[in-house]
Amino acid sequence: MQNYFHDLAAFLDTRLKGKEQYTCWLSAEASDFVRFNRSAIRQPGHVRQIYLSLHLIDGMRHAKTSTSLAGNLESDRPLLEYMLNGLRSRLPELPEDPHLLISTEVQSSEHISASQLPETGAIVDEALTAAQGHDMVGILAAGPLWRGFANSFGQRNWHQSASFNLDWSLYQSRDKAVKTTHAGFEWSSAEFREKFANAAAQLAMLQRTPISIRPGAYRAYLTPAALSDIIGMLNWDGLSEKALRTRQSSLRRMRDEGWQLNPAVTLAENTADGLAPAFQNEGFIKPERIALIEQGCLAGSMISPRTAKEYGIATNGADGGESANSLDLAGGALPQSRALQELDTGVFIGNLWYLNFSDRSNFRLTGMTRFATFWVENGEIKAPLNVMRFDDSLYRMLGENLLGLTRERELLIDTDTYGARSTGSMRLPGALVKELRFVL
Amino acid sequence: MFDSIRTLFKDLAPAVDFCSLRFVEEASEQLTVRQNVLQPVSSGIDRGAMITVMHRGGYGYAASSDVTRAGLQDAIARAQAWAEASRGRSVVDYSAIALPRPSGLFESPASPNGKEWSRKDLIDLLMQESHACAIDPRVVDWQASVWSVASSQLYLTVDGGDIAQHFRYLIPGLAATANQGADTQTRSLGGQYNGYCRQGGLEVLEQAGFHGAGRRVAQEALDLLAAPNCPSGSMDLLLMPEQMMLQIHESIGHPLELDRILGDERNFAGTSFVTLDMFGHYQYGANLLNVTYDPTRPEQFASYGWDDDGSPAERTFLIRNGLLERPLGGAVSQARAGMAGVANSRACSWNRPPIDRMANLNIEPGSSRLDEMIRSVERGVLMDTNVSWSIDDSRNKFQFGCEFGRLIEDGELKGIVKNPNYRGISATFWRSLKAVGDQSTFNVMGTPFCGKGEPSQVIRVGHASPACLFGNIDVFGGE
Repeated sequence: MQNYFHDLAAFLDTRLKGKEQYTCWLSAEASDFVRFNRSAIRQPGHVRQIYLSLHLIDGMRHAKTSTSLAGNLESDRPLLEYMLNGLRSRLPELPEDPHLLISTEVQSSEHISASQLPETGAIVDEALTAAQGHDMVGILAAGPLWRGFANSFGQRNWHQSASFNLDWSLYQSRDKAVKTTHAGFEWSSAEFREKFANAAAQLAMLQRTPISIRPGAYRAYLTPAALSDIIGMLNWDGLSEKALRTRQSSLRRMRDEGWQLNPAVTLAENTADGLAPAFQNEGFIKPERIALIEQGCLAGSMISPRTAKEYGIATNGADGGESANSLDLAGGALPQSRALQELDTGVFIGNLWYLNFSDRSNFRLTGMTRFATFWVENGEIKAPLNVMRFDDSLYRMLGENLLGLTRERELLIDTDTYGARSTGSMRLPGALVKELRFVL
Repeated sequence: MFDSIRTLFKDLAPAVDFCSLRFVEEASEQLTVRQNVLQPVSSGIDRGAMITVMHRGGYGYAASSDVTRAGLQDAIARAQAWAEASRGRSVVDYSAIALPRPSGLFESPASPNGKEWSRKDLIDLLMQESHACAIDPRVVDWQASVWSVASSQLYLTVDGGDIAQHFRYLIPGLAATANQGADTQTRSLGGQYNGYCRQGGLEVLEQAGFHGAGRRVAQEALDLLAAPNCPSGSMDLLLMPEQMMLQIHESIGHPLELDRILGDERNFAGTSFVTLDMFGHYQYGANLLNVTYDPTRPEQFASYGWDDDGSPAERTFLIRNGLLERPLGGAVSQARAGMAGVANSRACSWNRPPIDRMANLNIEPGSSRLDEMIRSVERGVLMDTNVSWSIDDSRNKFQFGCEFGRLIEDGELKGIVKNPNYRGISATFWRSLKAVGDQSTFNVMGTPFCGKGEPSQVIRVGHASPACLFGNIDVFGGE
């Protein structure tokens, strides 16, 4: 695939006219997707897709187009010509773009992880064997993925890896279940069996008669998986420099009024330890680390090239959407093994679900508890909790009400497969909060 | 392209119980003007094919953006291999499922005025509406956009089925954001997720009220800044179509999807409070509630002739006079559940397999005029245009927020209120339906962004609805 991409870029190099420049971005994968339900296969299949985004620039005029490709240059050449000609014919009718910023400094790079994956069928066999006697539902996604950047200045960047992501739930009954993810680059049967056994052991807890609690404020422990949904809401324009400048960011009161979170909160975009490519789709290189929140204070933001040009500041290699791909929240002092004891009496939240803003100005969020969420008394799990809706502000949850973050952190690999398999991840601790407001 | 695909499939189709090829070619272009600056013009062509094989009880698919002979050969081999690997280990014995052998042609409606896409004219229009937004320094951001999609799909079966469907979609968008101090308010045309998306050409801009919308939404964003927060309490709630579309989508559409009821989505999108035994006798809502799956309304976003398993699409009541009659389930789910459904087995593109999706899911108009509904309210709030949505994985406990609200007191519309939200439980919410608006309150909405499935898919859906009045709803505002 890398050779194909380099040949493709070399072909584009020969097709430019006058002062034209181009950038292009390749996003490709060959994925096995095997869907499970009731410990059987629901839909197994394979998707091989190659997408190319091509950006033609002539002075301050420019336009973009994207296409799917066969992956064979002989077949694809006419389509590439067609794309290029289409862009070229479009440019004269477009005005000059005052916010265009392109990367002219050549910074080529290469990251290739050789595949260490077994045949997908072998993973399926292991999953189905383990699932016998249980009600398992979920998805296995596995295979190589490729990202490439090239431009007419000669920059070439390549990112290649092969990964798997087995994301499954074991159901006790109705909506009571334990959700687990086993993901990485090298399949470990022992690790999988251990995770599966841990999940199966939790099912016993879910057999107990569920408890319903009244709306109100409760002490709560959020596992890293649950916290990831809350932290993920920062990517709804919270960290975007454009959104901060236009007063639409949910963190705007931190920028404008100096509001702070708890000093224990230190958050960064940690590209160096993440799984995403270290270059973005316009060829800007991402720094290893971007400080976003330092000891509770807003310290940075995600700045795309376009926003940088618009506001006369420097870009930090953010994508056009100005969201983070590799969020990293520093751990605290609370040993994970003591989470239940420190929670004492309250709600242990295994997962959250379907978060949205109820008052964006005040970063007030609503969402649901889901999967393994329990009522805890005196440090012991009493029973599963029927789903509850919370509605509370991040400024309270991770501000005055934050009692501690766990020392241990988990790497949570994004299971998102919208359009393509995600390369996003988060590294997060668990969080103990003095109170979380439940409303329904 | 269709003819060459037909020829290749005829040559390559394997000797199996069932095999289909679904070819999708989609061309799109998006124009956006933000703060009077044209954003990078983007366009695209997405084409590829999916092969589906059912053989000796197994099922497999393979999709590729390589639609050459070699690419399709490889896809067929992979689909066959997965069908073999899943034989005897599938959630259903696929040999018991007979998919249709359809034949025909479907096309989106032609534009009545014959106007063609003119990039220059559209950029001028977007600039005009963008400039119209800049009415006050407190308007801090705004943008206007139009997105067109032309999608052609070919569905072939090994036993001679052949469907061609050609769709044209137009998706307008317009929003303005105003700020003062800590308060920021955004107002939009049909929501910030393109609620006025429809099939057709540039006439959709007229239908959506796009011309002149810039100044209106900017003024309403300013009005919201000056408004008090929505009050809290239990009161009547009058929902306009720009919010009803979301209410229908989340608390009727998703709970009635048969694959959710069968458990396929439990690891991701969730399950449903609806169970198979409820169909035919469960009172989902008040007698006034009539809900149809309607793929026949030409301009609506998710109208089509056949679904992606080749089942013919026909208008069907799902809820009639409040009674739950039928789920949203395609041929495979119907066979698994042993009950009738509708033709809604759909894939978002060539690279994802069909699953049960909403298509056009509509509430049928009632008989109440808007002024009559307002007059009947002693204390309540009118809410319009969704901005926030959250619901539990069984599609029961929900909380939704709107961009815009107005108080209703003693039968009269009063002042604007900001940050209007409400919450409820699907299983009881629809029973609190007090009045259903007539045709004059009816609007055809939709969204390009309904997410579901493993692997995940974002698909187009349509929701048409009149204004509806609900009683004793838990309403509240911001902090």
